Amino acid sequence: MSSPRPGSTDPAVVRNFCIIAHIDHGKSTLADRMLQHTGLVDARSMRAQYLDRMDIERERGITIKSQAVRLPYQSLGGKEYILNLIDTPGHVDFTYEVSRSLAACEGAVLLVDAAQGIEAQTLANLYLAMENDMEIIPVLNKIDLPAAQPEKYAAELAHIIGCDPTDVLMVSAKTGVGVSELLERIIEKVPAPKGDASAPARALIFDSVYDTYRGVVTYVRVVDGRIGTRDKIEMMSLGTTHELLEVGVISPEPVPSDGIGVGEVGYLITGVKDVRQSRVGDTVTTALRGATESLGGYRDPLPMVFSGLYPLDGSDYPELRDALDKLKLNDAALTYEPETSLALGFGFRCGFLGLLHLEIVRERLEREFNLELISTAPNVVYRVITDAGKEIIVTNPSEFPETKLSQIFEPVVRATVLLPSEFVGAVMELCQQRRGVLLGMDYLSEDRVELRYTLPLAEIVFDFFDQLKSRTRGYASLDYEPTGEQEADLVKVDILLHGEAVDAFSAVVHRDKSQAYGVLIVQKLKELIPRQQYEVPIQAAIGARIITRETVRAVRKDVLAKCYGGDISRKRKLLEKQKEGKKRMKMVGSVEVPQEAFIAVLSTSDKSAKK
Amino acid sequence: MTHQNHTPFSLYVHIPFCSSICGYCDFNTYTAQQLGGGVSQESFHALLIRELAVASRTLDAPSVSTVFIGGGTPTLIGSDSLTQILRGIEKYFPMDEDVEITTEANPDSVNAQMLSQLRQGGFNRISFGMQSVSSTVLATLQRTHTAGASAQAATWAREAGFEHVNLDLIYGTPGETDSDVRDSVNVCIDAGVDHVAAYSLIVEPGTSMARAVNSGALPPPDDDACADRHNIIDTMLQQAGFDWYEVSNWAKPGGQSAHNQVYWTSANWWGVGPGAHSHVNGRRWVNHKHPATYAKAMEEIATEEIGMEKVDLVIGEALRANTEELTPEQIHVERVMLALRTRAGLSVGELDAEEFLRAKEFARKGVIDPVEFARGVVRVTDSERLLADRVIRELLG
Repeated sequence: MSSPRPGSTDPAVVRNFCIIAHIDHGKSTLADRMLQHTGLVDARSMRAQYLDRMDIERERGITIKSQAVRLPYQSLGGKEYILNLIDTPGHVDFTYEVSRSLAACEGAVLLVDAAQGIEAQTLANLYLAMENDMEIIPVLNKIDLPAAQPEKYAAELAHIIGCDPTDVLMVSAKTGVGVSELLERIIEKVPAPKGDASAPARALIFDSVYDTYRGVVTYVRVVDGRIGTRDKIEMMSLGTTHELLEVGVISPEPVPSDGIGVGEVGYLITGVKDVRQSRVGDTVTTALRGATESLGGYRDPLPMVFSGLYPLDGSDYPELRDALDKLKLNDAALTYEPETSLALGFGFRCGFLGLLHLEIVRERLEREFNLELISTAPNVVYRVITDAGKEIIVTNPSEFPETKLSQIFEPVVRATVLLPSEFVGAVMELCQQRRGVLLGMDYLSEDRVELRYTLPLAEIVFDFFDQLKSRTRGYASLDYEPTGEQEADLVKVDILLHGEAVDAFSAVVHRDKSQAYGVLIVQKLKELIPRQQYEVPIQAAIGARIITRETVRAVRKDVLAKCYGGDISRKRKLLEKQKEGKKRMKMVGSVEVPQEAFIAVLSTSDKSAKK
Repeated sequence: MTHQNHTPFSLYVHIPFCSSICGYCDFNTYTAQQLGGGVSQESFHALLIRELAVASRTLDAPSVSTVFIGGGTPTLIGSDSLTQILRGIEKYFPMDEDVEITTEANPDSVNAQMLSQLRQGGFNRISFGMQSVSSTVLATLQRTHTAGASAQAATWAREAGFEHVNLDLIYGTPGETDSDVRDSVNVCIDAGVDHVAAYSLIVEPGTSMARAVNSGALPPPDDDACADRHNIIDTMLQQAGFDWYEVSNWAKPGGQSAHNQVYWTSANWWGVGPGAHSHVNGRRWVNHKHPATYAKAMEEIATEEIGMEKVDLVIGEALRANTEELTPEQIHVERVMLALRTRAGLSVGELDAEEFLRAKEFARKGVIDPVEFARGVVRVTDSERLLADRVIRELLG
């Protein structure tokens, strides 16, 4: 018996599911094992994290882009099925992408590390799936680990989902134990897709990826009707139409087909070069006799966090621009526009979905385009109302208006923190410090607590995650979603070197914290700025009011003591080295500031949120 | 001091031995214990004399303007050996009539008799490592001599007939006070010497002092304190009739070291001995550093070859660890960086167009002396002397 062909597959044998898991909980390994178990990939061509395409994804063990793979599977009962595994991004920055991936599925495998229990991110995605009435299959992974506590975490999952602890499957994706049972459970529990095969075609875009050779590859789940190779398609939110160059399924490499029908998951290639032409969440229909009503749920990606990106070497500016243009083809959420900084020269103010998104873009620019960058401290978007009633949107702190403001609004998020109960006090204190408002607290199990807070996004962007991790010895996990904005008493703190404001160091902070922030930055700079020919005052100011001041004293001695025979070559070489070092200095007015000072001050911590 | 009318040529002779190693010192010197067997301190001068022969043959025996025997502790090998080295020089080189012949000495490695022997043997200048009169400072520096030994040695030297006596000072040692520095300078002045060299303490990597500083056992020297003390020394010495002629060197009229000037004017010199540096006609080289390696290389140069009429350059090269051919740009950089440390300064004619414009701006700001600049000389003003390296960097662009 051969497996059903794409385009002529009975929806009754199709099972569309995704895996909801935290980073490191073994999602990619489980996906690998499924590829092998269904016989789709043989041991010889297997590589670790088969579905993760980008180097960054593989190295950091995160999924940035969704993936979809068609797994033909003969059940233990001997029946042929088509399993569509839709891999989802696993980070708070990509919640919207996650929600679209979930919308393409009828069921979800909830995969949790048997040694660690559920994490906040997973919980958030789980709730999302439950809201969509998806079938949840709870699975504990890594049961082979010595530290595994399957009973404890099975009880926890059962409590959260409302099932019996015995319903929780025990799996080791590493050894393959339990994978067969899981596949059978998916067939048994996940409902077959329902759709109207005779209705006008409607397919949900859950991802679109730019490929250098093929242009944009759009991943869709067909809900109604059929999309065939000869169709002309329409993007319903944009109203644009495209000729189809290719339709197919990923299994696990692209396999072209005549078309894809109800319940099937596949890809479309139209030859467009920009992922913005093919937006995640949009509905695809046929241009001829197309659907009139979209599937709904489409949202424009909105940048939440902004940062200025500048080339270390000013002459790399054109390369940076080209690199951003290229990244944008594959990243619908990335925004950027040119800006000029007195301190850093020419660069771009870039908008990101969140901190991880920022970090990934930065890393790709450095790695794939060989650029050395300075990025300014990330900030959020402020909405400012002047006394005259004019509204100003501020994405760069240095442009924050200083006077005559009647109202200032900042974005807020609803944050969920999961943590061992022993750290509740420490985390509450942190959230309090960060202007959080407690929404609720629940015990997931005896020793695990869920805390819910409303927090200003700006506070999260400023090293919240690192603080959270250090206060909980790494055991807490965080998730948040934007919920709107709130009015706040915010001020802009400028940092002045030798009386001149350094735009890159300006920050918008709460008035109560402005003094502490000023002192922190000024002292950091005092350590980092070498003594100069003249005394250099370093000041923090709100408007014209100086709130703190330090001084880098003038250098008084800059001459080697000895210069005889062998000293001469040595001193010449030192001069040559110092000349090189000078290139790594930026002039701010008359003050030489080493690159390291910029980097140290601009990075809110050694490491920003990675998970 | 008048010189015969030829390009100055000098000899430096390195004696790589000390009775103990001072904590701050990174010079190429070894204790007998560190050397173990294999290198004989007693016959080491013979090796040096053989290199002198190589030098003479290689350069066609130029007339010698200055000789400087440094170390290490030259006096550790005794006045006889030192005098024999001098005889070796005279054997292989013609000497200028007013040749300046210096040896370094540790205050506690000499006595009146030895100094007298050295003077009679032909030495006319002696330089003592006094460093400080504070016993605390001397202890921190791990010097072996007492606070009073230096003044005593200087007095003996003058009594022995040395025309020129130098005392070396180190300032900025952790634990030193301004008044320690004043005491030290007063001792120099009272000792009647005609030359003082004062160096701010530099913590050199690899020394036991560097380890102490890195571990936090010893605070690092403070730049501001060093600047203050330099000014104290400068003021006191000026009042006593000394004048600075390089950032770390002061002399009474006629007391300037001609040998120092050789280094600072990029003149030619040949450095004899392990780890000794040479500069001849735009080429710099350095001999093998370890006395045993040096001795072995020397052994391989047969005596007969040295005796030959013409010595192949390759023979001398066997002694060298590294040779550098200077490019015109490097020669220029060295000229600027050396001359701007000196009071004599640099001729405006040696600057390129851009450097000239920068120098002009410096003259306007008073960083270099505007009056001298108008006369065609680039000289860092007295007040900017301690920032000479910055001026050099900026002038070179």
